[in-house]
Amino acid sequence: MTSATAGPAGTRTPRRRSKLALRNTLLGWSFILPNFLGFAIITLVPVVTLFYVSLTDFNIFGKGDFIGFGNFERLVADPLFQRSFVNTLYYSALHVPLTIVVSLGLALLLNTKLRGVSFFRTAAFFPYITSIVAIALVWNLLFSPTYGPINEVLRFLGVAEPPGWLTSQDWAMPAIVIISTWRDMGYYMILFLAGLQAVPRELYEAARVDGANVMQRFWNVTLPGLRPTMFLVTVLLTIASFKIFDLIIVLSPGGAAAPNAATVVLSQFIYQRGFIESKFGYASSGAVALFFLCIIATIIQFLINKRRSV
Amino acid sequence: MTVTQLGGTPPVTSKRPLTGSNRPRTDRSSSPAARARRIVGSLLLVAFALALLVPFFWMVASSFKDSNEVFSVPVRWLPDTWHWEHYVELWTETGMATWLRNTIILATVVTFLQVLTGSFAAYGFAKVRFPGRDVLFLVYLGTIAVPWQSYMIPQYIMLAQAKLTNTLLALIVLQAFGAFGVFLMKQFFETIPEELSEAARLDGLSEYSIWARIMLPLSVPALAALALLTFVNTWNDYLGPLLYLRSRENWTVQLGLKNFVANNLTADYSMLFTGLTISVIPIAVIFLLGQRFFIEGIATSGLKG
Repeated sequence: MTSATAGPAGTRTPRRRSKLALRNTLLGWSFILPNFLGFAIITLVPVVTLFYVSLTDFNIFGKGDFIGFGNFERLVADPLFQRSFVNTLYYSALHVPLTIVVSLGLALLLNTKLRGVSFFRTAAFFPYITSIVAIALVWNLLFSPTYGPINEVLRFLGVAEPPGWLTSQDWAMPAIVIISTWRDMGYYMILFLAGLQAVPRELYEAARVDGANVMQRFWNVTLPGLRPTMFLVTVLLTIASFKIFDLIIVLSPGGAAAPNAATVVLSQFIYQRGFIESKFGYASSGAVALFFLCIIATIIQFLINKRRSV
Repeated sequence: MTVTQLGGTPPVTSKRPLTGSNRPRTDRSSSPAARARRIVGSLLLVAFALALLVPFFWMVASSFKDSNEVFSVPVRWLPDTWHWEHYVELWTETGMATWLRNTIILATVVTFLQVLTGSFAAYGFAKVRFPGRDVLFLVYLGTIAVPWQSYMIPQYIMLAQAKLTNTLLALIVLQAFGAFGVFLMKQFFETIPEELSEAARLDGLSEYSIWARIMLPLSVPALAALALLTFVNTWNDYLGPLLYLRSRENWTVQLGLKNFVANNLTADYSMLFTGLTISVIPIAVIFLLGQRFFIEGIATSGLKG
């Protein structure tokens, strides 16, 4: 530590610095530890153990034996897994763009000086803080094919045979997308509103002076200015879509067995194989698939965002 | 004063030069295209507001209807006779009182722990510099991209071995130590100028007292946002209770209402709507009282719990 040329001050400083570092480390950890203990036990340890459990035949009764990649071989051939994988992608492909368009449209509307904007902001946010159970049960009845108000309105509007919605193979997923978009749009609208407020006013003025019309201003000023927000929203929405679960499980409790296996998704597959059928090891292999789906999608979006911002 | 010219605006605005306050308005309405846009915009707003609120209206109205009336064709938006008695029967004929009590206990304890440990840890991340801090924070952040559904099985196995299944304690542990609270509070603490802590340090305050006596009082908006979001999320959670709470007397409101439908084959829908309305009311009140904090909390963090 002490070099020959260093004076008394030089010998003291590094030691004092390392003492300070030690003190700060202890201090920092003393703040973080109460939360970290819970966080590590409840989140970190399970995330890491997931990979081990997926390589065993763990069941509800206790220990599992290591069986290598057997679970994954079975998983790939499991029709329910294939179905839930495709359905998850289908749901996300509908839900992500639809929610972006609707919530951005709402944010643009609310960013104007129209009357009633603040009331509307409250109303738009309300579905988001309502429980999934309440939303699912109410919409389930609203969508009821024969007696539900939605189909009644559709018949009134001249649709002779309105869809069976949640009871129909083809319409069940779109119905779920409608419900979840209805629920989520207020939340993402708030994010877009915050983003819109960060777009410099002068840019709009300049574009207006240059004779740009509304659409041109939107494409050339608003959208580029919203890029960071758009990135955040896309990442959050994609992860949220991949893990969709509670809405679907309340709407179709039979899961795999119900007529609407049309809506079985990855999380539901994990729940079905793990908690209903008690095959913890096997279900974990499905969970690993969900894990990588989310991680890979996030990494891809980060890379695209990075390349665009260069 | 030229009150008529101002078109009913409060006299306070007349302090500004008249031309200045009036010109943008005349400009806007004089262009027919701009006027048409505003009308279309207002119509869109009304349409959206209806789409957002009609399901809630239907839910509340149906709770007062006769059971057969819920699905009458054509739709009756208001009940013929108002059945207030559902709100009495719900308490006597279902476990609603127990479920509500469980949910209130759960949400309160989780919120308290999350706010306390979250803001405490956030101080460590935002204001104390030590090796490994940033890596540790990245680990916290990284878990936000990992869906809970992917690790719920190992978590369940662990808690089952600790004999915590079918207890409220399991759900408290499950939700009280999220990364979200740490993240939100860290964002906020970083906006508080370091000079304040420096001054306090010179006065001989320890770091813990700085957290308690300087940081917390200055962070009331962020603390409120975190508390409200955590309370609402815990109140509304369905999956945690679904996995962990087996016996009826441990259920939360959400689990109770869901099973209310599943077990009640005669399907007394008006009673269901009564239960749903009661479960939504506390959240609606909390939201209306604290909506400023909700919206600011979400806009600054961009993340949900």
